[in-house]
Amino acid sequence: MEKHEMRNFIAHRVARELHDGDVVNLGIGLPTLVGNFVPKDVTIFLQSENGLIGLGPAPQGDAVDWDITNAGGQPVSLETGGMYFDSATSFGIIRGGHVDVTVLGSLQVDEKGSIANWIIPGKMVPGMGGAMDLLVGAKKVIVAMTHTARGKMKILKECTLPYTAVNQVNMIVTELGVMEITDKGILLTELAPGVTVEQIQEVTEAKLILSNDIKEMKI
Amino acid sequence: MKTFIKREEIKDHLFDGMSIMVGGFMCIGTPEVIVDEIVKSNVKDLTIICNDAGLPGKGVGKLIENGQVQKLVASHIGLNPMAGQLMGEEKLIIHLIPQGTLAEKIRAGGAGLGGFLTPTGLGTIVEKGKDILKVDGKEYILELPIRADLAILYGTTVDTHGNVLYTKTTRNFNPLMATATDNVIVQARQVIDVLDPDTIHTPHIFVDYVVKEVE
Repeated sequence: MEKHEMRNFIAHRVARELHDGDVVNLGIGLPTLVGNFVPKDVTIFLQSENGLIGLGPAPQGDAVDWDITNAGGQPVSLETGGMYFDSATSFGIIRGGHVDVTVLGSLQVDEKGSIANWIIPGKMVPGMGGAMDLLVGAKKVIVAMTHTARGKMKILKECTLPYTAVNQVNMIVTELGVMEITDKGILLTELAPGVTVEQIQEVTEAKLILSNDIKEMKI
Repeated sequence: MKTFIKREEIKDHLFDGMSIMVGGFMCIGTPEVIVDEIVKSNVKDLTIICNDAGLPGKGVGKLIENGQVQKLVASHIGLNPMAGQLMGEEKLIIHLIPQGTLAEKIRAGGAGLGGFLTPTGLGTIVEKGKDILKVDGKEYILELPIRADLAILYGTTVDTHGNVLYTKTTRNFNPLMATATDNVIVQARQVIDVLDPDTIHTPHIFVDYVVKEVE
């Protein structure tokens, strides 16, 4: 798969986890693509932590209104029924458990469901933004990312980078498969077409627990 | 009637070493006219409290580029490469705080609270040096309130009494910061006689001065 195909494949699979009526927060980058694949018969309410629910598509040309932006500061639109609020309300929504699903990218995830995605000491310090609040507050945390980064493993026994949150991730979706975080470790539930258990384990530092019924990852 | 001032008078409210809360999120809802006056004044050793480091040539970015900021308290600096670079060279102190915690610290500062308990940051370096309290068997970090000398805010519609409405996503941190500083200056995109009392986001009692965007 080409890189953009891979990203779309991951986003498409994540979209299948969303249910009618869910309040959903999508992170910047790959997770944003999830919005493109929500089934027609499913209505979700996209929350953006800078202060809106009902995030709509990016407007084009004259329709751009710089007073309506997403958490990346880019122009978006508001769907009918949507609304704006201040940052304290926004994080009350997030921390208070009113967001059903959050989808984030990550640098590392480990078998305890801990995640590291906000700092590479000495190299890159973008800051945590709203990620730490989303991770502890959302009812379901899905990590959507490519399985490895330039050949380096990202799904580990224990994160080596500073944590963004501990024990908060519920599910990992990559181009190779779908994994759930359980008390015992990472359970492999789905494999992408043509991928074997051996292949996915080879690029995963954490020991994968095999589901009794590993399904093919469908989009 | 609220005190309307000219932009040239903003400098009278500035001093070296002061702390300033700057409204806006990635510069959306940031009062650029007031920021420009701070740049012109050349006041230095500022502590800036803002969601982010702004963008190159925009918002808080302008103050950082002009070497006026000693310390930045923010949740994210990723869109302003200069902030990260200056931090690496130890020319700028940056204190990163989770966004929801930053918002609530400001809210607490303005609401007379001694702090609040949040699960955000547990098990991470955010909890370092802070008290961890248990309530009903669940752990929380004790976070303390934050206040500043001045807040500079961007109101979309301000009435002659100083009541403020912030449109769309320009609202963000603005109404919180209005409550948490000794002095509040609002840049008004437009001024009208009187706002509908049901649509006011910041009551005029929080506002000290208004400066018109177009004089």
